[in-house]
Amino acid sequence: MTLLEARGVTKRFAGIVALDDVDLACDEREIVGLIGPNGAGKTTLFNCLTGVLRPDAGRVLFEGKDLGALAVHRRARLGIARTFQRMELFAGMTVRDHLLVADRAHRRAGGLPSDLVLRGRIHPSERDRVDRVLAQLGLLDDGDRPVDALSLGTGRLVELGRALITEPRLVFLDEPFSGLDRIETDEVVATLQAAHAERDVAIVLVEHDVTAVQHLCERVVVLDYGRVIASGPTDTVLEDPAVRRAYLGVTE
Amino acid sequence: MSAPLLELAGVHAGYGPFKAVVDVDLTVPAGGAVALLGPNGAGKTTVARVVSGLVRPTAGTVAFDGEVISGLPAHEIARRGVAHAPEGRSVFATLSVEENLALPLRQAHGTARAAELTDQAYAMFPRLGERRAQLAGSLSGGEQRQLSLARVLVDPPRLLVVDELSLGLAPVIIGEVYQRLAEIRRLGTALLLVEQYVEHALGIAESIVVLRAGEVAYAGAPLPTDELSQLFLAAG
Repeated sequence: MTLLEARGVTKRFAGIVALDDVDLACDEREIVGLIGPNGAGKTTLFNCLTGVLRPDAGRVLFEGKDLGALAVHRRARLGIARTFQRMELFAGMTVRDHLLVADRAHRRAGGLPSDLVLRGRIHPSERDRVDRVLAQLGLLDDGDRPVDALSLGTGRLVELGRALITEPRLVFLDEPFSGLDRIETDEVVATLQAAHAERDVAIVLVEHDVTAVQHLCERVVVLDYGRVIASGPTDTVLEDPAVRRAYLGVTE
Repeated sequence: MSAPLLELAGVHAGYGPFKAVVDVDLTVPAGGAVALLGPNGAGKTTVARVVSGLVRPTAGTVAFDGEVISGLPAHEIARRGVAHAPEGRSVFATLSVEENLALPLRQAHGTARAAELTDQAYAMFPRLGERRAQLAGSLSGGEQRQLSLARVLVDPPRLLVVDELSLGLAPVIIGEVYQRLAEIRRLGTALLLVEQYVEHALGIAESIVVLRAGEVAYAGAPLPTDELSQLFLAAG
């Protein structure tokens, strides 16, 4: 069943057409790749889908309902989460605290900000939820370490964990493997696959590491100049001459 | 044997109590290309930043062209012919793409030559040409990195320190940039390459230095990738 559907999404900035009539769909539990040259509009599309930006035209449907002008935090409550191109972790806080804050923010939405402050008792159910996500991502041994002490790859997993603890139906990942070497990328890909297998979650992924995209995504959508130039099964699309020219830079 | 263009001897560096780089020796011959490899967190970026003066070594010396440059401010080192790119997304956000390219080039080469070089940059990165009037701050992350690379690729220094060139760039652009690096090398620029994508770096470097936990684990001729992986993994 279709979980997310974007129809005819268009976004302009001061006369520049960043997105032009873009369609994108993601089924429940599916992993869809979004690829394309730099400046093609990938991050802008993420921002339109997550509610950071409002499209000038087009609609975004989640579980068949039009998200309209729904704000970011309300979309989050419906089960839409994301990670960022640049890491957005809090220096000095431990891995466990990152997940705990995300868990509280999600469950106590609408409460006082002071509810998020990490003092006093941690409820056993909170601890269980945090531990479950840490275990799924292989982070149990790192739980009490401050995030500053982590490698880049582990930091990326913390970002993923912070998204997953809200039990989203859909996660947007913006370049989760950038800056990782081959070995780290393979590890994060494997962890992501394992976590995905255990959860009822769909993923839309922006990534330039084509090998990782091939491993993770059955289907990809290719943007160039704000338009969809190809979409379909990953292997077929990566063979498409227009995609090879615009994105892979390989000539026949 | 002529003296090396760049020579690091016994360099230590760190951040507060954290030692990122321990007793590193490294040389780049004039016109040579050396790849600095190793797992994330091994200290590669710190070494690159020590060379260009963005981080001061706590011990040891860096010599460029026979003169000690460690301790000099970064702009002094740049003036001697060392460039560092791309520095994150280091563009002037409130200036146009064109101004970002032309202003430093004009200062160094005059208006006419700057215009030629700016056109070369657009030939190399057509997307920048299409967006020449746009404010640099409104470019995508990958485009900002292209802009910051374009400036040094059209005006090659004597030594170019390239830190994580591939980060956030589409494959087609990475291919383009590596071609251009090979060209500027033929024109005489020496390269110190820090790169996560080992295959890219090995395509251009004639020698490698592998760092592990801040120390040199291997220095010499390039190794086959399976032996390199062993060196990386041994870092645990």
